[in-house]
Amino acid sequence: MDFIANGFLHAFVLLFGGDPETYSAIFTTLAVSTVSISISLIIGAPLGFLLGYHNFRGKKFLRTFVDSMLSFPTVVIGLLVYAFLSRRGPLGEMGLLFTIPGIAIGQALLGLPIVIAMMATAVEALDQRLKNTLLTLGAAHSQILRTTLWEARYSLALAAAAAYGRIVSEIGISMMVGGNIKWHTRTITTAIALETGKGEFSMGIALGMVLMIIAFAVNFSMSGIKKRAGQ
Amino acid sequence: MKKINVLLSTLAILTLLVAPGLVKASDFLMMATTTSTANTGLLDDLAPKFQKETGIELRWTAVGTGKALKMGQNCDVDVLMVHAPAAEQKYVDMGALKDRREVMYNDFVIIGPASDPAGVKGLPVVDALKTIAAQKAAFVSRGDNSGTNKKEISLWKVAGMAVPDKDTWYIQTGQGMLKSITVAEERDGYIMTDRGTYIKYEANKNGSPELKVLVEGDKTLFNQYSVLAVNPEKCKSAKYELATKFSEWMASPKTQKEIANFKLLGKKLFIPNAK
Repeated sequence: MDFIANGFLHAFVLLFGGDPETYSAIFTTLAVSTVSISISLIIGAPLGFLLGYHNFRGKKFLRTFVDSMLSFPTVVIGLLVYAFLSRRGPLGEMGLLFTIPGIAIGQALLGLPIVIAMMATAVEALDQRLKNTLLTLGAAHSQILRTTLWEARYSLALAAAAAYGRIVSEIGISMMVGGNIKWHTRTITTAIALETGKGEFSMGIALGMVLMIIAFAVNFSMSGIKKRAGQ
Repeated sequence: MKKINVLLSTLAILTLLVAPGLVKASDFLMMATTTSTANTGLLDDLAPKFQKETGIELRWTAVGTGKALKMGQNCDVDVLMVHAPAAEQKYVDMGALKDRREVMYNDFVIIGPASDPAGVKGLPVVDALKTIAAQKAAFVSRGDNSGTNKKEISLWKVAGMAVPDKDTWYIQTGQGMLKSITVAEERDGYIMTDRGTYIKYEANKNGSPELKVLVEGDKTLFNQYSVLAVNPEKCKSAKYELATKFSEWMASPKTQKEIANFKLLGKKLFIPNAK
C-alpha cells in the first residue's frame, strides 16, 4: 500500500519541485499532441464536411469505413508508421523515425477518423435549408464550406476534444515510433511504462496524475461547449 | 465565419512552425541498447559525461538485443550496445554491423523465492533448470528474443531439453528485465537475470528483495556487453564517425573507471573489460 501513498506525495514533489525530466515529458506530450490534433483537424474537418454534405454513390460504404477506422488499434498504427518511416521503409529518407513529427503522423492517423466521423454527423444534422439559402444567395463552394463549418463549430470543438483525448492517452504509437528517448520523444505515457518497468511505481503514479489532469482539463473546458452543441 | 478561417490557418501555421523545429538534427548519436543498460541507470550516468567531453549528444532507445540488432540492420540507429555475442557475430558477418568492441561484462544469475520451493539453490545452472522443469515450478522467461532470452534458450538446449513454450509453469512476459522480475515476484517464480538488473531490483526494494540469487558462478553464465557500429557502407545515413568516437570513449581508461564506479548498494553492476 505504501507505494500508492508515496506516489501521490511524489507527484506533488515532481510537479511543484519543477523536476526537469517530468516537465520534459509533459512538454513533449503537449508538443506532439498539439501537432497531431492540428493535422487531424486541418485534414479531417474538410473531409468530414465533404462526407456529410454531399450525397454520392458509395457514401454509405465510406461512412461505415470511417466508422470502423475509429477502432483502429494504436499498436497497429504504430507498427505501420514504423514500417513506413524506418530507413528501410518507403519514407525512410525523411529521417522521421524517433522524432516528434514522426509520432505526430501516427497520432494524426488516430485522430483523423474521429474528426471525420463526428464532423460528417454534425454536418448531416445541420438544417438542409442552410445549403439552399446559401446557394440562392450565390455563395461559392468555399464559402459554403466555411459557413457550414462555422455553423457546426461546437460539434467541431467536440470532435477535437474527443480526438485529443484519444491522442494524449495513447502509448502504442509513441513507444514504437518515438522510441521513448529521454529528453526527446519520451511522452508521459511512455515514461509511465518505463517507470513501472523500472519498478518505480511512485514516479509512474505521479506521471499518471499529470496525464489525468491534462485529460480532465480538456474535457472540463469542453463541458460548456457540449451543452451548446446539443442545442 | 471568419473565425473558422483564422482558427484553421493558425493551426496550419503552428504546425509548420513547430514541426521542423522539432526535427532539427544536431550532433547526436542514436543508439539502440538492451533494457539492462538503460533500466539500471548506467546510461543516465554516462551520457551526460560523454556529451561534456565530446560535445556529442547520446540518444538511446531501450529494446531487447534482438530488436536492437534488427534496428541496426534497418539503418534506424547509428550504434548498438548489446549482449548476445553469437547473434552479434551473425550481423557482423552479414555486413550490417562492424567494429565489435567488448566494453564490460557481468554475469547471469537465476533468482527465485527465498523459500526455494524447487530446491535449486547452489546447483549447477543446467541441473537447476532441469529441476525447475521436473517440479513444474513457475519460471518466468523474457520471451522477447533479448540477450537474456537468447542465453536462457541456449541453456535449455545445453540441458538437453526442448525449450518450454506452452507449459503452464513457463511464463513468457515479452517485457523488459525489471518488469519481468516483478512478474516473477508476483507469481513466486524463478527467473534468469543479469546481475546488474538484479542489483537495481535489490536497490528498489531497499536491499531486502523477495527474490534471492540461488544459482550463480557457472562459467556459462558469463554476460559480455559490446558496442557495435552500424556499417556505413550498408547505411548511408549512419553516423559512423560519431559511433567510432563513442566506441573509443567507452573503452577509454577513464570511462572504464566510471563504469566500475557505477554502484548501487555498494555493488558494481557492470565490470569493465575493454582491451
